Amino acid sequence: MKSAVIVFPGLNRDRDMIAALTKISGTAPAVVWHQDADLPDVDLIVIPGGFSYGDYLRCGAIAARSPIMDKIRTRADAGVKVLGVCNGFQILIEAGLLPGALMRNMSLKFVCREVKLEVTNAATDFTRGYAQGQVIRCPVAHHDGNYFADSETIARLEGNGQVAFRYAEGTNPNGSINDIAGILNDRKNVLGLMPHPENLIESAHGGTDGRALFSGLLQQVA
Amino acid sequence: MTLPNDIVITPQLVADHGLKPDEYQKILDLIGRTPTYTELGIFSAMWNEHCSYKSSKKWLKTLPTTGPRVIQGPGENAGVVDIGDGQAVVFKMESHNHPSFIEPYQGAGTGMGGILRDVFTMGARPVAAMNALRFGAPDHEKTRHLVSGVVAGIGGYANAFGVPTVGGEVEFDARYNGNILVNAFAAGLVDTDKIFLSEAKGVGLPVVYLGAKTGRDGVGGATMASAEFGDDIDEKRPTVQVGDPFTEKRLLEACLELMATGAVIAIQDMGAAGLTCSAVEMGAKGDLGIELNLDMVPVRETAMTPYEMMLSESQERMLMVLHPEKEAEARAVFVKWELDFATVGKTTDDLRFRVLWHGDEVANLPIKDLGDEAPEYDRPWVESKKSSMLAENDVPQMDVADALLALMGGHQIGSRRWVYEQYDTLIQGNSLQRPGGDAGVIRVDGHPTKALAFTSDVNPRYCEADPYEGGKQAVAEAWRNLTATGADPLAATDNLNFGNPERPEIMGQLVGAIKGIGEACIALDFPIVSGNVSLYNETNGKGILPTPTIGGVGLLPDWSQMARIAFAAEGQVILLVGSPANRGSHLAQSIYMRDLFDRKDGPPPPVDLAHERRTGDFVRKLIRLGIATAVHDLSDGGLAVGLAEMAIASGIGATVTDITTADPIPQFFGEDQGRYLVTINLDPQGEEITALWDEAKSLRIHAPWIGSTGGTDLVLGDARAIPVAALKAAHEGWFPTYMAGE
Repeated sequence: MKSAVIVFPGLNRDRDMIAALTKISGTAPAVVWHQDADLPDVDLIVIPGGFSYGDYLRCGAIAARSPIMDKIRTRADAGVKVLGVCNGFQILIEAGLLPGALMRNMSLKFVCREVKLEVTNAATDFTRGYAQGQVIRCPVAHHDGNYFADSETIARLEGNGQVAFRYAEGTNPNGSINDIAGILNDRKNVLGLMPHPENLIESAHGGTDGRALFSGLLQQVA
Repeated sequence: MTLPNDIVITPQLVADHGLKPDEYQKILDLIGRTPTYTELGIFSAMWNEHCSYKSSKKWLKTLPTTGPRVIQGPGENAGVVDIGDGQAVVFKMESHNHPSFIEPYQGAGTGMGGILRDVFTMGARPVAAMNALRFGAPDHEKTRHLVSGVVAGIGGYANAFGVPTVGGEVEFDARYNGNILVNAFAAGLVDTDKIFLSEAKGVGLPVVYLGAKTGRDGVGGATMASAEFGDDIDEKRPTVQVGDPFTEKRLLEACLELMATGAVIAIQDMGAAGLTCSAVEMGAKGDLGIELNLDMVPVRETAMTPYEMMLSESQERMLMVLHPEKEAEARAVFVKWELDFATVGKTTDDLRFRVLWHGDEVANLPIKDLGDEAPEYDRPWVESKKSSMLAENDVPQMDVADALLALMGGHQIGSRRWVYEQYDTLIQGNSLQRPGGDAGVIRVDGHPTKALAFTSDVNPRYCEADPYEGGKQAVAEAWRNLTATGADPLAATDNLNFGNPERPEIMGQLVGAIKGIGEACIALDFPIVSGNVSLYNETNGKGILPTPTIGGVGLLPDWSQMARIAFAAEGQVILLVGSPANRGSHLAQSIYMRDLFDRKDGPPPPVDLAHERRTGDFVRKLIRLGIATAVHDLSDGGLAVGLAEMAIASGIGATVTDITTADPIPQFFGEDQGRYLVTINLDPQGEEITALWDEAKSLRIHAPWIGSTGGTDLVLGDARAIPVAALKAAHEGWFPTYMAGE
């Protein structure tokens, strides 16, 4: 599978994501600067975490209006898989590729710790490396991960299997509604999540629970 | 020579610039005329304590700063130490005390920003950060506000910049009520053949300004940081800089890209005293003059005067000397990252520091003298009074279990989770040990086995009681913490925080601490390669506790052989390596005495440096041989707290039976130095452990078997069993409860 990592100024987990994709697939992803004219022909587009444009205005708001997002939207419409992690999730929401909003954590503080995630829908391209209902460990590191949407949207997400990951065992770190940690679009080829699976992929990280997300994805098309 | 000068230089104006009458006379003698207002500002910036080290220089020169691995000692933006394979670690610790007290979020954030810049200015990508924080008494009205602001400020900057915070310290003491300490540490990795320095080379080359625009923030900041606080403190808020980690992150990437093009001859970040300090330093080091044209400086405010531009401490700015033929290539990098790039001057051969503005020359000073001729004082000092030992029978009694629970749930030992969960501790994906252990450890990115360990240590109580022993102890403790992970201690950085050096007793503390630090560094082969001095940490004449913070760096050849503090399994033998014959005896200056009985008398525990080294080397060997399964050095709270921390980290209990018949209090809570708790996976009756003891004995190290791991309780001698869960609840409870105002 060919993948590309999009880099906006202020992102800082691009290197972590590139390392994870490289270590798991054996091939380095294409690294695409947000102003590059071309978005290469890939099967997976990843927007990593960080603080694009310093989180100024609203997290992800400025990057979401970058011209490259139009190209990503077109690819997503064509069925290419798009993964947004942390700030990448915020950007996907701000760009309208995913519904809802990510508000400031309920504690009003940045939080970096390990949480538990329940794989709520294992029947997607992103999650098929896991078992339905499996509880995994995963770190979070964010200030604005408190997912919210109106009740109609929540009902639709829940009813349509669009909630991919849920904080489990009382570990919701940000107050998100229904303990939502990651959601899919209607077509289920776009996933956004706050936790950082790329930071739990090898024994040095103290666990490998994040690995299956990438290995599952990368094996599909290969 | 006459320069236009609208502002009359009065004695009051000179005093307002922090310059003493004799220092002003020195200026007059040097330049042979009255300085312009801008020149007065430049002298004030260069000659204040913060930039010139005028009170401490004489003593700093006595510290050991070299070693087989040291590539760059003090004098550059940061120290550089060889870690093999063509790579080096670049690190430094620096204070941002005064600004953080005035405006905690921005003060602490820009402190972090400044130290990160020091590291990447040398060409290194920052890979780890720490911070050593000291606040006033928990019940002081300002403390909560300062804690929450400082922690959020550090997190806000370091998290956005993208460096993991892997360690640090947080302490509370009433002596910091009016003057908190924020000491920030950063480390980076660099290829040894790609280290960049600040020394300009070549005449007529462009001096280029990079990064953020110049504003009025921080004008006079370094001078402010060199003065004591009075009651007018809030009026000083405008001297605090405002940070922008987004710009800093772009500046990092742009600088590293620019350095890779080969365009950079010299580089200096604009930190304290901004444009002035950076330009003078680059020129003076290279034996060159510098001419600056302020009309070319990117500004974000209108009608800035040359004085303001020269003294602004706006953040996220760099000054470089570039190869002229590469200027276009260099400019393209900065355009890509949407940062300012402006040629603001050139190097000259006349050794003058010349500043032009609107066609006038507003400063024309001898560049070398600005640094070299800075006043240097041999300030009078008196040796700190030594206190006498506590009487043998002077042991206030308390139930051992009650005392341990009180300490675990107290402000000194209580878990710092509330703090470090606000820091990104795992970004970059190399964090092997995050805060909460003896030292933070990260993998060396790209190397299959190597890792770096980081720790920050000082015990201000000990330093107050005896600055010399306290200085020694701070170094030994840092060395010990690195050793406890299995690392070879490489080198250290020192951040010396003291009160007003014009008072002989404060100067005596500084001198005593430096002597102790120097002696310990020599004995442990642990050179000081960078550092910072922060004096005048006083409010209304009351000084802080003397606080010489030591940031230590160690190298693990193979992180698969790293030790952690958590008990690894049940049923393992616990050794107290480095134990005195009686397990522990020194209670004076312990937290048992201070926090439970409000006793602050007596001397701190002495450090036997030869024993320290033998013991540490032995422990490291046990780790590398795979015999040690968990290791924790003993410090605050002694044996009882050390055992409790190991139990909490693992959820496994322990039973300690080998306690002599004497009073258990000094054995469990004494803070005797040079001790490690080591669990081993050997049969306590077997031959291997006998061999271990024989070896320890030959090294004159006592390593008694004091108990075993197992169960869910911590059982200390005859004291009642304490469930590990209760210890954990106490340990985790203090900080969140305190910050919630409960």
